[in-house]
Amino acid sequence: MYPVIEAKNILTRFGDTVVHRHLNLHVNRGEIYGLLGPSGCGKTTLMKEMVLLQRYQGGSMNVLGYDLNKITHKKAQELRQKWGVLFQFGALYSSLNIYDNIALSLREYTTISEALIAEIVSYKMDIVGLEQCVKEQYPSQISGGMKKKAGLARALVMDPELLFLDEPTSGLDPISAREFDALILRLREHFDLSIVMVTHDLDSIEATLDRAAILDNKRVVAEGSLDAIKATDNLFITTFFKGR
Amino acid sequence: MISFSGRTLSLHARVQGDTVAIVVSGEMSVKNIALIEPLLHQLLEHPLPSKIFEWHLHEANRFDSAAALLLYSFDEKARLLGATCRFYTNDNQQKIIDAVYRRDYQSGGVTYRPLGLVASVGTIAIKKYQSVKDFVAFVGELFSALMIYLLHPKQIRFKEIYYAIEESSVNALGIIAITTFLIGVVLAYQSAVQLKMYGANIFIVDMLGISVLRELAPLIAAIVIAGRSGSAFAAQIGVMKITEELDAMKTMGFDPYLFLVLPRIIALMLMMPLIIFFADVMAMLGGMVVASVELGISAQLFLDRFNEAVAMKHFWIGVSKGPFFGFIIASIGIFRGLMVKNDTRSIGVNTTKSVVEAIFMVIICDAVFSIIYTNIGI
Repeated sequence: MYPVIEAKNILTRFGDTVVHRHLNLHVNRGEIYGLLGPSGCGKTTLMKEMVLLQRYQGGSMNVLGYDLNKITHKKAQELRQKWGVLFQFGALYSSLNIYDNIALSLREYTTISEALIAEIVSYKMDIVGLEQCVKEQYPSQISGGMKKKAGLARALVMDPELLFLDEPTSGLDPISAREFDALILRLREHFDLSIVMVTHDLDSIEATLDRAAILDNKRVVAEGSLDAIKATDNLFITTFFKGR
Repeated sequence: MISFSGRTLSLHARVQGDTVAIVVSGEMSVKNIALIEPLLHQLLEHPLPSKIFEWHLHEANRFDSAAALLLYSFDEKARLLGATCRFYTNDNQQKIIDAVYRRDYQSGGVTYRPLGLVASVGTIAIKKYQSVKDFVAFVGELFSALMIYLLHPKQIRFKEIYYAIEESSVNALGIIAITTFLIGVVLAYQSAVQLKMYGANIFIVDMLGISVLRELAPLIAAIVIAGRSGSAFAAQIGVMKITEELDAMKTMGFDPYLFLVLPRIIALMLMMPLIIFFADVMAMLGGMVVASVELGISAQLFLDRFNEAVAMKHFWIGVSKGPFFGFIIASIGIFRGLMVKNDTRSIGVNTTKSVVEAIFMVIICDAVFSIIYTNIGI
């Protein structure tokens, strides 16, 4: 069980504002890991740093064995095919229909025949619980929950080792949110995934997470299993998990 | 019989009596199954080598759902030909294969049927008709909002008008200055060569004065403003529509036509004549520089001749087009912004359209003015 993500001494600054200082955490292979904390604590920023969307100003980060401090363009492209990212609102390409959105990476990075691409896309749509009939629909024509599912199918299309989820259950009704939790657990089972997610949803946290990090005051104030975290003395943690 | 060896993946198929044993080793994943996909079609070619395909996957150290789907579709085709597949796998691979076989959906791709000639012409015609209808409705709303402004002058949003004046006109003066100055320079320079040949140097003033004041300055100014401010209107309003800001305004009782649309249109109608005046000055300045450098006409002489030869009416004709151009540019920009649908692509489409349509309409309007002024003899 070597870590799939390891962050050491991360320093992030926006101008004079320090977002992270001496931030350390690690995510083990095969686990569902949560980034939790009050709003504005830099959870999403940290996730953006992990997926090479944003630079940190100090420290080191290692993702799937790639050192992000000295990664070359070629290595970065290789790494980008090993993870999938689900954005908060799906971030589907509005000029492509759902089918083409999902098939995009397959067409770009492989020479698989269209017949097999159709098989793969249909399978991924089925796994995430998306009706086959929305294939020809465009993103503007489907609901927010379906956009998330389509975004997830797109993130899974290359069978990634690592999946990043940004607030996967936000904006879903409670029933769909619980279904999404079950889906996340099922995906890990099926694809040997490691999953990192930013979330605020307490039910989702209890149902899915193996380990988590609480970000507060620019650093990780607690990391580990939920029980270990709940035992930590911190104002945010006690208010957040109150009564649980 | 069939065999393939790549850097990361290899496949060997051997016929043993009634069975074909297929051994796959290496990385059997979405990234390289394309390498062996054609081989599988060969395996199923007639005459079918045997009735049973045995897949030995123990040496495939990476195996994902795409690989499992490849085997599934192979199995399906083999079954149609009366053959069967057996998989020899480890637990993990079996799990992935089982997941793929457990299906209650109809897989399939998307077919794109190109529209026929009649259908595409019809679609375009209906779209154009719809957009004309929408524009008429827009003008109607505009008129009723204007009535509210006129009947209740307290409703006039002066702050928004000032803001729009600054954003769309004052901040555009720099680019207007450069463009029109250069137009003046280019025009004078090109004519200077011709005029010199006839020794008609001084007529550069008449030529420049009339063409710039009457036609060129208004047109160039309008084109620049359409590209800069008309497109900005379309993009601003379009984004507000996507982020539901317009709906929020309506639910709070703020009529977007009073708060957003009319202030921008009024601002541009007020400012366009002034912008044209400014463009006149800059273009003549450009012409004056060239006249003095190329033709030896001093600034004093240039201005004297200008006073004499260019009647005031040319200036007024040019400036009088301003409010009309301003109305065309602002209303088309805003109309296009309001036409934005709930997806990001339509912002780009509508912004482009706003510029193209605004410039087109400005030129048409200019032509109409030409005809009218000529007919009434000025």
